[in-house]
Amino acid sequence: MKNAIGREIPEKISGIAEIKPFAGAFATVPEMRRQAPKVKRIKPTDNKLVDNLVEVFKKIPVTDGMTLSFHHHFRNGDGVVNMVLATAAQLGLKNLTVALSSVFPVHAPIIEHVKNGVVTGLDTNYMSGPVAQAVSRGLFNKPVVLRTHGGRGRAIECGQLKIDVAFIAAPAADAYGNLNGVEGPAACGSLGYAFPDAQYADHVVAVTDYLGEYPLSPISIPQTRVDYVVKVECVGDPKGIVSGTTRITKDPVGLKIAETAAKVIQATGLIKNGFAFQTGAGGASLATAAFVRKMMEKDNVVGSFALGGITGYMVDMLEKGLFKKLIDVQGFDLEAIRSLATNPNHLEVGADFYASPFNAGCAVNQLDVVILGATEMDTDFNVNVVTGSDGVIMGGSGGHADAAAGAKVTIIVANLLRGRLPIIVDKVLTATTPGETIDVLVTERGVAVNPRRTDLKEKFLAAGLPIKDIQELKELAEKIAGVPKEVKTGDNIVAVVEYRDGTIIDVVRQVEG
Amino acid sequence: MTSITKTAQAGTLESSDVMITVAPGTQGSGIVIELESIVLAQYGEEIKAVVEKTVKTQEVTDIYIKAADRGALDCTICARTLTALSRAGAVLKEEML
Repeated sequence: MKNAIGREIPEKISGIAEIKPFAGAFATVPEMRRQAPKVKRIKPTDNKLVDNLVEVFKKIPVTDGMTLSFHHHFRNGDGVVNMVLATAAQLGLKNLTVALSSVFPVHAPIIEHVKNGVVTGLDTNYMSGPVAQAVSRGLFNKPVVLRTHGGRGRAIECGQLKIDVAFIAAPAADAYGNLNGVEGPAACGSLGYAFPDAQYADHVVAVTDYLGEYPLSPISIPQTRVDYVVKVECVGDPKGIVSGTTRITKDPVGLKIAETAAKVIQATGLIKNGFAFQTGAGGASLATAAFVRKMMEKDNVVGSFALGGITGYMVDMLEKGLFKKLIDVQGFDLEAIRSLATNPNHLEVGADFYASPFNAGCAVNQLDVVILGATEMDTDFNVNVVTGSDGVIMGGSGGHADAAAGAKVTIIVANLLRGRLPIIVDKVLTATTPGETIDVLVTERGVAVNPRRTDLKEKFLAAGLPIKDIQELKELAEKIAGVPKEVKTGDNIVAVVEYRDGTIIDVVRQVEG
Repeated sequence: MTSITKTAQAGTLESSDVMITVAPGTQGSGIVIELESIVLAQYGEEIKAVVEKTVKTQEVTDIYIKAADRGALDCTICARTLTALSRAGAVLKEEML
């Protein structure tokens, strides 16, 4: 069957319970009650502190076929996932599903656990490195489920991602299970992506290398949901967890795109008091923030909040009074951690609060503008951030589709040519974010506006911006670089790409080799 | 038709460039091209065709060419190939000079 953006989705996919095709960004309405989490109790004299992971596995007990969940705030410095899965392998467990909000190169040992039958399922929002490459070559017998950050929160709340045991990598904990991310050697800032896991998992285990006195404060995840606390030698490598400083690109093409994007935002008329903004930490995105900042300073604009992954750059804007609040689901650097720990206007929120489509309002809905990237975009404005030019998985939605759906204006910043490859194609290899939620594409050679947004196009033309039809931009790129041949993929489905509402927006097929 | 007498190189491994290495081939081997590219799937055939056409225009044969491509455009591939040929002792046609 074809879904609402014309992607061919099989009616049945082995290993996936139910296939509901994507029907439109806001077309699918939930008719259900939230999953009721397990009711827990302990007695006043009970002790939550456990010596090691093996003991926790036995106490719970963890059994074959369970779903173990993890969060990704430790990024490429994470030690907890590998530690827990090594314990599972040591105890001879099989057929586990790993629900890890993002997979990084450091998680390569997962491959061996799959080959040995310890792990047979993967549920994630983003993956890069050896695991992603192995998945693309058919590592798993059943497809990996790729969700969005908000969609994962929704799936947990709605009982579609049922977690048996949540392992929370906790930079700091007390012996009674209060956790935060701002203290300890592995401080990572916000623990937001772990909030739904802690709320809904049958069993919650905090893994920490820093035990503080009771009661720990601030409390990000409370004792009321945490069953066990395990102290280990080291939960992760701080060098892989945070970067020291976040730098703005010096690449002249990137700067040109960023400057144009800032002018686009200015032309929308949204840079005024109360401005709400989200941008990524990479390349042209952060540079756009720098140009927007200059405009805000010039006109004495005070924004309401900045959202998403928080960097020192955003912290500086908060402290200079350019934004009143930061809403933080993930911190990227030391400044973000310091600010979260000390500034009451720097708010820590969960993945559900950030971006779940099925609650009474998530933060992305309050955004004026979001700046996002793309590896490919088609002439219908559908965006791919899952597969690279060789068809291999190299990313995932993360919050891409969520923020795009929520913001008043969603802007993609991208080089028209990356190396030799045109960014605009007739049909993206993998659709991640539907074109109806993308408003503007900004490249170094012109700006394309989604035909649905005639209101924006008029404003941009009036502002003298270099507006081009997306087809025209595509042809311009092809004139320079030539028309690329389509990448060939096999038939085997290695991943399903779930839209934030739980419908299937696309599938990823196996690459050769 | 002529052949080259020594090995030569042009270009870099920077993004959007191509490094072309040419070496004399055995007699009768014709034009042998070995290509490595970050855009092999999308542009592999086109890159080979540009290299081959450039070499043929110079009437050079019995040559081994290695192209390490980092996403170069056709004009770059052509220029790097010509320079490598020139450095290898092939006399360029007048209009190319």
